[in-house]
Parts: sequence; structure tokens; C-alpha cells
Amino acid sequence: MRPLTEEETRVMFEKIAKYIGENLQLLVDRPDGTYCFRLHNDRVYYVSEKILKLAANISGDKLVSLGTCFGKFTKTHKFRLHITALDYLAPYAKYKVWIKPGAEQSFLYGNHVLKSGLGRITENTCQYQGVVVYSMADVPLLLKQKNRRVIAPHSERP
Amino acid sequence: MGRKLDPTKKEKRGPGRKARKQKGAETELARFLPAAGDENSKRLSSRARKRAAKRRLGSAEALEMQKFPGAKPLPGKLPKGISGGAVQTPGRMGAQSLFHAAQGKKRPAPAHSSEEEGEEEDSEEDGVLSQGDLWGSEDSDTDMIDDYGADSDLEDEDEGEELLPIERAARKQKAQEAVAGGQWSEEETEEEEEEEKGSSESGPQKDDETDGGLQINVDEEEPFVLPPAGEMEQDAQAPDLQRIHKRIQDIVGVLRDFGTQREEGRSRSEYLYRLQKDLATYYSYGDFLLGKLMDLFPLSELVEFLEANEVPRPITLRTNTLKTRRRDLAQALINRGVNLDPLGKWSKTGLVVYDSSVPIGATPEYLAGHYMLQGASSMLPVMALAPQEHERILDMCCAPGGKTSYIAQLMKNTGVILANDANAERLKSVVGNLHRLGVTNTIISHYDGRQFPKVVGGFDRVLLDAPCSGTGVISKDPAVKTNKDEKDILRCAHLQKELLLSAIDSVNATSKTGGYLVYCTCSIMVEENEWVVDYALKKRNVRLVPTGLDFGQEGFTRFRERRFHPTLRSTRRFYPHTHNMDGFFIAKFKKFSNSLPQSQTGNSAASTPTNLDLPEVKGQVTPKPEGSSQPAKKARVAVKAKQQLEKRQHPKKASFQKQNGISKGTDSGLSPVSCDTKSQASSKVQDSRQPAREAEVIRRPKAAKKLKQKSATPLSSKKVAFRKQNGPKGTDTEVSVSKTQATLKPEDCDQSLQNAKGTEKVKQQLPEQPSRRAAFQKQNGTPKGLETSTMSSRGSSRPPAAKRRKSQSRGSSHPVLS
Repeated sequence: MRPLTEEETRVMFEKIAKYIGENLQLLVDRPDGTYCFRLHNDRVYYVSEKILKLAANISGDKLVSLGTCFGKFTKTHKFRLHITALDYLAPYAKYKVWIKPGAEQSFLYGNHVLKSGLGRITENTCQYQGVVVYSMADVPLLLKQKNRRVIAPHSERP
Repeated sequence: MGRKLDPTKKEKRGPGRKARKQKGAETELARFLPAAGDENSKRLSSRARKRAAKRRLGSAEALEMQKFPGAKPLPGKLPKGISGGAVQTPGRMGAQSLFHAAQGKKRPAPAHSSEEEGEEEDSEEDGVLSQGDLWGSEDSDTDMIDDYGADSDLEDEDEGEELLPIERAARKQKAQEAVAGGQWSEEETEEEEEEEKGSSESGPQKDDETDGGLQINVDEEEPFVLPPAGEMEQDAQAPDLQRIHKRIQDIVGVLRDFGTQREEGRSRSEYLYRLQKDLATYYSYGDFLLGKLMDLFPLSELVEFLEANEVPRPITLRTNTLKTRRRDLAQALINRGVNLDPLGKWSKTGLVVYDSSVPIGATPEYLAGHYMLQGASSMLPVMALAPQEHERILDMCCAPGGKTSYIAQLMKNTGVILANDANAERLKSVVGNLHRLGVTNTIISHYDGRQFPKVVGGFDRVLLDAPCSGTGVISKDPAVKTNKDEKDILRCAHLQKELLLSAIDSVNATSKTGGYLVYCTCSIMVEENEWVVDYALKKRNVRLVPTGLDFGQEGFTRFRERRFHPTLRSTRRFYPHTHNMDGFFIAKFKKFSNSLPQSQTGNSAASTPTNLDLPEVKGQVTPKPEGSSQPAKKARVAVKAKQQLEKRQHPKKASFQKQNGISKGTDSGLSPVSCDTKSQASSKVQDSRQPAREAEVIRRPKAAKKLKQKSATPLSSKKVAFRKQNGPKGTDTEVSVSKTQATLKPEDCDQSLQNAKGTEKVKQQLPEQPSRRAAFQKQNGTPKGLETSTMSSRGSSRPPAAKRRKSQSRGSSHPVLS
């Protein structure tokens, strides 16, 4: 387990910024303590410092997971954000898309969403923007890269 | 609410049946013709037919037929039968046997035989009766005859009911004769099958009749005759579940009122043996496990328990309060078409699902982490643990993560949880579940639980859901019925003891808000539950506290030849048939001292750390690698404990002769010394040990003796070693403890570093635990001068021991620690 290097940090933040814009600082400084990112086995974990202290005692090969896994770095050092990061990014998301209840089910099980399934959407969302998809009850469902076209948002995972 | 034995199955009988039975053949005929009950009448007719046929052939044959091919030996009857039935054709025999078989299926073998006999009895009552057959209730035979007709489950279903019984019998006989040519066996099978079908249908009726007959017979003679051992053959050939089921009920009934209902000449153990075999066959259990269950439950409960294990428990889920509320979740799920209810008063987050039109593990709410599928009994240990916010919690065997996530939600994602499991594949499910449920304060690790205090310790609370034999969750995994035997249980128990000691050592007794440990298993075996808990009580400074669960059965304080600590009454047992949740056992410990009890016990009684001598000890105790405070603390505790118990004598103390003398109470000086020795020992361990070991070995026997002599104080509970010495304490515990100690030795060694006791062990690392104990004993028990020499030998391995000797010789309570 080690802190992220400069390069990794940059790559990761760029990705995250697609969704939450410049609100990155909010992720790090939280009212309940400082959080940091740590890298372990190519996965980025978002942990608070308290947890970090305890986790330091655990040897690397025995450590499986800490806090929340935000995403991982691929072999080519691209950063892929995981669904588990949703809870943290959702509050700060810049662009949001709401979908109707009917479309919600199919979306949840992996299908694309038709434009008709969109309930509402933040203004000025351009194409291929990273958005957070919400259900009508304001439950964040997914992070998607949105394709403005009729068919559906791309299901390209961020 | 497991499914119980359903007595209602037999209920079909009504007042009329008996009357029917008691009436004569005319009544039966009347029954047939108007077709009173389709099958009944059919059966009646076939039976009547048969009977008629029998009468025609003579009872002798019937006697013969009674015996199933290769079935029970009825010497008395045989001769009769043979003589009588010589003429019978094989076909007839086949039919007859089938007939009997059919009858037998419906009724317990004895009844069956009695029925048959009854038939024959008609003709040769006296003779048969005099045989003193086991099947006995001669009187019932007469009754049975009537039933017989009713019961006949012969397949003759094809025959029309219009036929007179006689005609049918004749026809059947002809058919049988025709088939006699060696195909009768096939017929038998077919017939048997048919009979079975018929019997199943008429089963209730038959049962009723039989029961009625039995009831009648109860007054007259024991209705139920225990089949002889030979009966087993039949079972082996073609276990007739109906018959076995009936027999189980009969035996239970007899045993319930053994004095009056027993059969002369048959002992209780025969009945029990028979019952065990029948239960094992009927419910597909291995003999070992069933024997254990018979020890555990009274008979009536036993059958309920077995029945409950055949049925799965209701699905329950737990709301994830980090993300939603139970009300909202229930509403959302109901909208999706799930039929559910709150779980009970005792749970604020549980829901039980009755049925669902959507897969409960695939709803959007599930994917969003709003709830977790979890057994009701798995929620209990976490409720007992009662984790507070901002605590450090260890979950030693966390997979698949249900309890860990419950802990996290109770702590509201504050504090830190270390979730550990030794199984890497199952850890993946933990990761997945925790992420899904939004748990953020958890670290997941992959250690063997026994390594724990070494890796990281000092937790406020620890939850240990130990791997077990799984005898409480048979409904989930029926393979447990047959693949568990003595070795498995003992192996599980051993592992559990090791894990429990590690867990205890990982708890920080001085924690402000905690110091608690919950040990739970999903097993109902005493070896894995009460025994392990009792062991821990002896070995560590812990005490049992109430779990906070107000329902559930109390744990045992004694079981067969074992005796456990009385506080075990605060543990809880749950059963599938009484609480409708998986079998479970929960015990909550409070650790009152971080030191290891040196010699005798860290009993709750002794919990108060001894303050005496501590100052002295501290100075003397050499800081151990683990932490200097520890030894000091330990010493203190040890001192106190010793003093309180009188008996307690740290092994170290023992080394000091003075200690021995003082052991009874005053060891202030000693304890420090012992601590010192401990610490010293730990540091020195290796070197000095060798010589010491040898010496000690020799000494042990001596010491043991000495200790025993000395032991006056009751303590003993804690240390087996002491026990032995002490004698007064429980004997069986000693044995068991010794065993466990022996097994745990390696672990003890590891952990001993922290504990004086441990150090002792480590130092000595003697192959035999007993020897260790003896060594301790020596130290503790024998105030006599012996100790000194022995002690020195013990400690001799280490230089400090030598010093001690000196000190001892000089004066008693100066802990002279180098």
C-alpha cells in the first residue's frame, strides 16, 4: 500500500474531474477527517486517515481492501473508475441525468436508455460528458459517459 | 417453526373405524360393496380376499407367509407355517408376503406381524400365542383381523369392488399361482410398489385403524412390539419409510411412558437403539450425528428438530441503515411484489420474506445496497456485541460479510473495522458486499485468525464467528447429516479454542468503551460451544456476561459427564425447531485483564488485577518485547489473582519457593517475581529452557503431586494444570482441559509471550503439556522446598531462575529478578 505517485494522481484526478469538475478538494478534506488515496495492488482506495493507521500494520500481501475502492489502474495506466466510487462523486456531480422509473429497471440491468427514458437532465450537458445517472428518487445509479444521441448514453464505463 | 411430525396424518380415523374393525366380516363385506372408501374398499376387498384365501389355505401357510422372505425369524411360527403351508405355491407365498409386506408398510412391523399372526391366530391362536412371539399382542390380533381387511393394501386395485371378496381372493390366488413360476418376486416388487401407493393413500386410514387398534391394545397389552434385531434385515432390504415412521412414533410413545407401555423383557436401551436406527434411516442421518442429537434433545424435541431440519428456514433480510430505513425499504419491496413482514420485536432492521415475485437477490434495492440477505440468527451475535461508534472492532471470520456490514451500520461508518477471513475466495464476497452496502470504515485482510494478536491487537471489541461443524444449519446443507463424525467435531473444537484464545488476546481489556468479545457458532454441539467457552474461561482472564438477548435457550452448565462454569447460563442457544432460525450459539465475554493468567485461572472471580507487589514487580520485570507494561500488568494481575484464589500460583511463582509457600495468598513478592521470571523467561527462553526442560520434566511429576497436595483453593477452573494439582476442581474439566491444552500448546506458546503463562510454556516448550503444567504445578503448588529445586530447574533454564533460587533461599518476597 502506498500513496499515489504524481503521475497516477494526475491521471486519476483527470478522470474524476470529468464527473465532478473541480470539486476535487471536497473529496480530500471532509468534515469528518482527512481522507486520502492509497494505491494497493493497482487499485486506488479512498480511506480516512484513521483507517490508514490501522491498515499500516497489515502486511501487503494480506491486505485485501481498505475503505472504498475508487477504481483501478489498468496495465496501461489508465484509470478506470468503479461503481463503488459513486457514493462519493454523486453529491458533487456537475451533470446529472434522471431517468424515468420504467427505464430505470432496464438501465440497471445493463441496457441502454432511450432518450425518451430521460426524465430530466442538467442543462448544458454536452455530448460525451460524464454524468451521474439518477433515478427519479434521486438515487444515484451509475456513472456514465453520456452520448446525447437518441439511442442511448454510451455504456462505456468511465 | 419447523414442520413437526404431523399426527394429523392419522386423523382420518373416526369413531366409525373402530367400530368397523370390531365388527365381523359381514361389516367388511358391507363396506366393500357400497364402496365405503374407494381405496379402503379396494383394500378391504383385497385383504378380505386374501384372508379368505388364507383361510382356505389354512393358517399354516399364513404363518409362513408372515415371514417376509428372509425377514424376521420367528422360530415359533415357522414350524407352524411350514407345516401348514407346505402346499402353498410360491405364488401364493409371494402374494402372501406381499400382503404382509403391504400390511407391514402400513403399520409398524410388529403390528404387521401381529396382524398376520392374528389372521393365523384365528385358526391357531393358541399355538401362535404360546410362541411368545415378539410381535405379540395376541389380543390385538383379533382386532387386527378386522383391520386387516381394511388395511389390505394389495394392489388389487384393478379388481372391481363389485366382486365379492371371496371372488377376488380366488382370482388373485389364481393369478398368483400362475405367476408362481418364479416371477412372483417381480410381482412382489410391483405389488409392493402398488401397495405402497395404496398404502400411502390408505396410510392415514390404516394408521388410524392401526392407531386405533394400538390404542385399544394399549389397554390390553403393549401395542407396540419392538421388532427383534432381525428386523434390521428387512429394513436393509427395503426400507419402508411409512413403516419406519410409524415405528418411530410408536417407540417415542412407548418411551414417553415407559413404565406402563414397555414390553416385557425389552430394555430401554433396546428401544432407544431401535429408535436411533429408525431415525437415522428415515431422516438420512449418519449414526454418529444422530447419537449426538439423541444426547442433546429429549425425544419429543428430537423428532421436531429432525423435522425442522428438513425444511428451509424463511428468508430474512436486514435493512442497511446506512442507506435507507426499514420502512422505506419495506415499502419499496412491497411495490415490487415481495411479501414481507418485520422480523420480530427483537430486531429493528430485519424483515422476513414470505414469498416474492421477483428474485430477492436481484432487485434494484439490493444492487443499490439497501439490504442484505442474512439469516436471522446471524443478526444476533452482532446485536450481542453492541459495537459503539468510534471503536476498533475485529471480525475474525467475516465471510461473506453480513455481520461485518451490520457492525458497520451500527457504528454508522465511524471507527475502524478489521474484517478478516482465512479463505481467499470468500473474501471476494466480503469485498463485494461491503462495497455494495457502502461500508467505508473497513479494512479487509486475509490472515489466519490465530495470528491475530501478533499482527495487530488492542481492539475494543472482537467478533468471532468460528468455523464449525455446521450442525445447526443442516437445513441449508444436508450433507452435514452424514459426513460429520467424532474426528470432525473434535477438530473443529480444537480450532475454535485456538481462535478463541487469539481473539481474547486481541481484545484490549482496558478499553474505555469495550473489552468485549462475542463468540458464536452455527452449531449445536456441546463440544463446540460450551466446552470451548469453558476452556477459554479457564485459560484467560475473561468472564461471561449476559448477551443482551432476551430470548433463546440458556447454554448448558452441565452435559453428560462434563461440568461447566455456572456462568455459562448466560450464553444462548437457538434451535431451528423452537425459534425458526438456524441453530446457533452465542457467548459474550468481557475481558477484565490484559495479562494472562499464569497458573490457575483468570476466572472472573480473579478478575481484579492484583495491585500488590506490582510496584516491586514492575521494577523487576524486564520489559518484554511485547511491551513492558504488559508483564507488569500481568504480574499485578497474577498477584492479585493468586492471592485471591490462594491457589493461584503463577508458574513463575512456583519457581520461587517462597511463592509456593505464599501462594496461598500473599504473594505479593512472588507475583512480581513471577512476572519477572516470565519476562525473563521470555527473553531468555531458548537457552535456558533446554536444561530446564529436562529438569522440569522430572519435576513435573513431583510438582504435580505437590500441587495437588497443596491445592486447597477452589480456583482450579482456570488452569488445567492447576486443576490437576488442585484436584478439587472439576475432574472432567481437567481432562478436557489437559487435552485442549495439549493441543493448544503451540498456540499457547505463541501467545505466551505476552502472558506469564505463555512464557512458561514458551520457555519450556516441552512436548507434553502436562509436563508444562506439572512444571507450573510444581511451582505453584508445592511450597515445600522441593519447589525450589524444581523451580530452579524450571527457571533453571534461565539464569533468572537461578537467581530466584537464591532469592528464595534468602527471603521470600523479594523478587529477585536479574
